[in-house]
Amino acid sequence: MATTVIDRRTEQAGLRSGPSPAELLELYERMLLVRRVEERLRDDSAAGKLPGAVHLYIGEEAVAVGVCAHLGDRDYVTSTHRGHGHFLAKGGDVRAMMAEIWAKEEGICRGMGGSMHVADVSKGILGANGIVGAGLAIAAGAAFGTKLDGDGKVTACFFGDGASNQGVLMETLNLSTLWELPLVFVCENNTFSEFTPSREVTAGRIADRARAFGMPTAEVDGNDVTAVWQAAAGAVARARSGGGPSFIEAHTYRIQGHFEAEAFVLSGGRYREDAEIAAWTQEDKDPVLRCRATLLASGAADVLHAIEARVLAQVDDAVRFAEAGTPADPALAESLMFVRDEG
Amino acid sequence: MVERRRLIQAVNDALFEEMERDPKVVVYGEDVELSITGDMRGLHEHFGHDRIRNTPICEATLTGMAVGLASAGYHVVVHMMFSNFFYTGMDAIGNQMAKLRLMTGGQVELPITIIAGYGGGSANAAQHSDSAYPVLMNLGGLNVLTPSTPADAKGLLKTAIRGRNPSFFLEASGRGGEVGDVPDGEHLVPFGRAAVRREGGDATVLAIGRMVKPALAAADALAEQGVGVEVIDPRTLVPFDEASLLASVEKTGHLVVVDEARECCGAASQIAAIVAEKAFHALAGPIRRITTPNVAMPYAPNAERHVIPGEERIVAAVLSLVGRAHRATA
Repeated sequence: MATTVIDRRTEQAGLRSGPSPAELLELYERMLLVRRVEERLRDDSAAGKLPGAVHLYIGEEAVAVGVCAHLGDRDYVTSTHRGHGHFLAKGGDVRAMMAEIWAKEEGICRGMGGSMHVADVSKGILGANGIVGAGLAIAAGAAFGTKLDGDGKVTACFFGDGASNQGVLMETLNLSTLWELPLVFVCENNTFSEFTPSREVTAGRIADRARAFGMPTAEVDGNDVTAVWQAAAGAVARARSGGGPSFIEAHTYRIQGHFEAEAFVLSGGRYREDAEIAAWTQEDKDPVLRCRATLLASGAADVLHAIEARVLAQVDDAVRFAEAGTPADPALAESLMFVRDEG
Repeated sequence: MVERRRLIQAVNDALFEEMERDPKVVVYGEDVELSITGDMRGLHEHFGHDRIRNTPICEATLTGMAVGLASAGYHVVVHMMFSNFFYTGMDAIGNQMAKLRLMTGGQVELPITIIAGYGGGSANAAQHSDSAYPVLMNLGGLNVLTPSTPADAKGLLKTAIRGRNPSFFLEASGRGGEVGDVPDGEHLVPFGRAAVRREGGDATVLAIGRMVKPALAAADALAEQGVGVEVIDPRTLVPFDEASLLASVEKTGHLVVVDEARECCGAASQIAAIVAEKAFHALAGPIRRITTPNVAMPYAPNAERHVIPGEERIVAAVLSLVGRAHRATA
């Protein structure tokens, strides 16, 4: 798992060997924000404060953060049902996301989308998506548009090992290679397809599916933010300069269940052992703790305390904002279906 | 100026004009460069690969890509050949295109036009003959256009391409050769405005798309028997012009809906329900639905003719209503 295999072409396209110390602090802060936001969502979900299901990204933060560090507002991402991390890593507003999940008018989607559909189009976040694999084709379309624009915008498509078994992956690998789209496929292999270990439902190596199209492919330790950052640097640079699509398979682990409150629907059923989960929460595995350990070793303790305080304050503020928000306007359900212009 | 055009030429004219007008209009689909149906012929030579291009055969991606491309600021036109292929591309139609605007709280506009042929009558058999629009109507976020004349085909398609919502433009199979007068240049047909194809006082026949022609033939035959039939062509099923239909039913007291789609949960059923709810007082008899039964389209031409609504079934339905009314008043 700790091995990092980077395809030669991806490596050559990389501009630098790793993030600077200041950049690593930023990556850490962003990962910590995702973690603390989701810990709060986990608790508020358990307390019955959130109306809908939440699918948490805890343990996978390094993937979104490491990739999105190379993207700006004008670049696009498509996300998954486990999308809070992508939203925040791409620069989405914490308050607006929290209010959305609390089903408030102040939410980024005015309470019409919820946790599974957080989107901020102004920041290129085309949306979390409740359909496994759906983001692949949407990303291909966005990438086609940016290729036609010809101004170097890049689209990153986050999807999981589950989506890798959808036929649309083959379709988009084919089409994006053929059309040389500025697209970065980011497979977050968290080892679970909902409630089933992926190895039981997945043949071969996922990255080999991209290699079959001759696509530059990197397999990285997805819990090592520096490794993800490096692989993404190459893939994004390649896409930006007109070199076409790349594929990154980030090996990671889903610490939470498929969704919060899964214990209720499983009614005692098991698909993994507690010891396995516990191992992935240790300092040698957990992406946030690993990054923290690296930073501590470089003597950044005071800075880390300041970051932690800042992140907690931000989360508290977002929850207060969401809680105090106005309930969503039910009339939007009718008025928002169409842009009223024709006829 | 008005000229005689085949329906397929009118569609082609609309595409040429809209692609000239707006460089953000981009067309793709399977075999669009050669254009087997003829509606896109010449576009590739004129506009080039960045404006119109062939895709692999991958409907799940074609429909999903439309959502992404539209989100990135383009006006997308996708040719899907046959409405049966919607089913293959259904996730992006049902879960993305129809829902993304609401789901994002109105952040996105999806100017997407999907073109496809529909319906039977050409011995294309079960997987190339569906009239797959009821499923689109049920999704709530999609415009559904069923032009029956070359002029409406041109005008509705231009409105769709200029619009800011996803629209499905359905070309009746075998009707590409239909000839009619088409206004030259700027001809836009608004959505949600029915056309009264023939006026009459005894019964209303609402006919959808390809069914307008047999409905008009039935009206001719009934006129010879002294029965005046008003034929209404809704032109768009979503949005639907309720007012025109209700006004006609208020006048005639009878309604027959002719729909090539299957009966169960079809367009005819929806339209019948609207009239039953809103104009029950005006009805002098039951509403009749003349549809394809709930079967797969058979291949044999005689079997196709047996299941697809035709003039005789429409005449019989109208006579059953008018006769019933006469009996009731006798």
